[in-house]
Amino acid sequence: MSGATAFDPAAVRAQFPLLMRGLDGGPLHYLDNGATSQLPQAVLDAMIRFETTSRANVLRSVHRLAEAATDAYEGARLDIARYLNVPGDEIIFTSGTTSAINLVARSFGEGMQPGDEVVVSLLEHHGNFVPWQMLRDRRGITLKILPVTDEGRIDLSALTRTVTKRTKLIALAHVSNVTGAVTDVAPVVAAARTVGARVLLDGAQRTPHGPLDLPGLGIDFYAFSGHKMFGPTGIGCLWAKKELLASMPPLMGGGEMIRTVTVERTEWADVPHKFEAGTPPIAQAVGLGAAVRWLMQLDWTSASAHEMRLTQRVLDGLGRLKGARVIGPSGLQGRAPVISFELAGAHPHDVCQILDGFGVALRGGHHCAQPLMDHFGVAGTTRASLALYNNDADVDALLTGLDAAAAKLR
Amino acid sequence: MSDDLYQQAIMERAKQPVGAGRLAAPDASVTVDNPLCGDRITLDLKLIDGTIAAVGHQVRGCALCQASASVIASTAVGQKPAAALAGHEVLRGVLGGSEASAPWAALGIFAPVRRHKSRHDCVLLPFEALARALAQAKPA
Repeated sequence: MSGATAFDPAAVRAQFPLLMRGLDGGPLHYLDNGATSQLPQAVLDAMIRFETTSRANVLRSVHRLAEAATDAYEGARLDIARYLNVPGDEIIFTSGTTSAINLVARSFGEGMQPGDEVVVSLLEHHGNFVPWQMLRDRRGITLKILPVTDEGRIDLSALTRTVTKRTKLIALAHVSNVTGAVTDVAPVVAAARTVGARVLLDGAQRTPHGPLDLPGLGIDFYAFSGHKMFGPTGIGCLWAKKELLASMPPLMGGGEMIRTVTVERTEWADVPHKFEAGTPPIAQAVGLGAAVRWLMQLDWTSASAHEMRLTQRVLDGLGRLKGARVIGPSGLQGRAPVISFELAGAHPHDVCQILDGFGVALRGGHHCAQPLMDHFGVAGTTRASLALYNNDADVDALLTGLDAAAAKLR
Repeated sequence: MSDDLYQQAIMERAKQPVGAGRLAAPDASVTVDNPLCGDRITLDLKLIDGTIAAVGHQVRGCALCQASASVIASTAVGQKPAAALAGHEVLRGVLGGSEASAPWAALGIFAPVRRHKSRHDCVLLPFEALARALAQAKPA
């Protein structure tokens, strides 16, 4: 089954102290990676090393410690850029996906006129939904919603009738945090190009699953979070092309984002620092840099195959479980290892609570995607979201626990 | 372990909740959401001469929420609003470690919820709906 490859799931798992520690004396089957992933030792080490050898503020002082801190911070930016195949000065550090998308809504969005259109979809995380509703209310733009298919994918056949000359931005999930569906980006970019609109992807659920070629996607903005891709909380990024970023006004004013300040006026710093007012989360950026370096040394062909094999096992198990309905693609094609399901007669929180008794960490609820829940007519779903460190024992525990939950709750 | 949450007393209430369904012509009707989990309860009240005559509820929620609504429907009928509202405090007490007192002794089944803080709101949500419904029913 697992031949000699550069990707050894057991060796990978062994690098995660929390997973090896377990939970209350028993094993931990952590399947809530879509919410937050765990930290490998390499990331912990990098953050401790920074805090104990290089801690200082960045881009300010000339003393050696400050130079080391700036090198670590800017080095992390370059590593993250390599992970995405983009230039380093196109990466803006934010506190996460939500703040990255809000930055676009507040900065790029302010250039929109009443009647201009932003297109999102029904399956968006609230983080890529509410900022556009707020922009609608602020600027009088029109918010248009792409529907979803029965398989929980964005219905791209609706693009032609939705996108018009007034469309300025199409903002979609790269991977749904509920259904796991991977959005086919090419038709979205093609539709945007016909009317000169920009494309933003919410990449929060995609970046944990291997390096990306953002220029190859042809998009304009990419937003993601560190804590879902084996990095610390409190750090994330916005990527956009430098010319686009240069044309956008800064979101916040303050230190670090200026070139000169006089009593009369202020001249902004260059991109990306123009968008990084104040002291940034430095150790967190260093941690995220370590996370992508750790991710880049893995064999992603094998890692993806491992994730998909486990996903298939979960889908097969749910197929055998009476009353279970997968809310998302039934197969592996165009899907990430995020699996939502409904268990007839059982509420997701009750399912999750019982599974917790088996050491299985799941998420139940609306997953910050209430419009999608309304569409499928459910209050919430139960979600198992896998990462490369999950193993067959995790899937076994999940399926055993679900049998018990079904027996108890129905 | 969390098995204790799904003991027989709670599951019986949850599977066959007393008062499930809407009332035909309620004097008060409120819908309350739990924004964290998306649970929703609609609670209807009928009052006759200042006494709760009927309770109906529609719950889109977990077993704990269902069971809590059931306890309300089986206990509040025949009570004055003040006595019914006291149930909210009795339940808070149970979640804090106190004994459940009459006429709300049935709330004692929720003692195991005490150590699952993330589930406290599940049992409290129907009582929040009851309080709002009673406020709505109050003559102006």
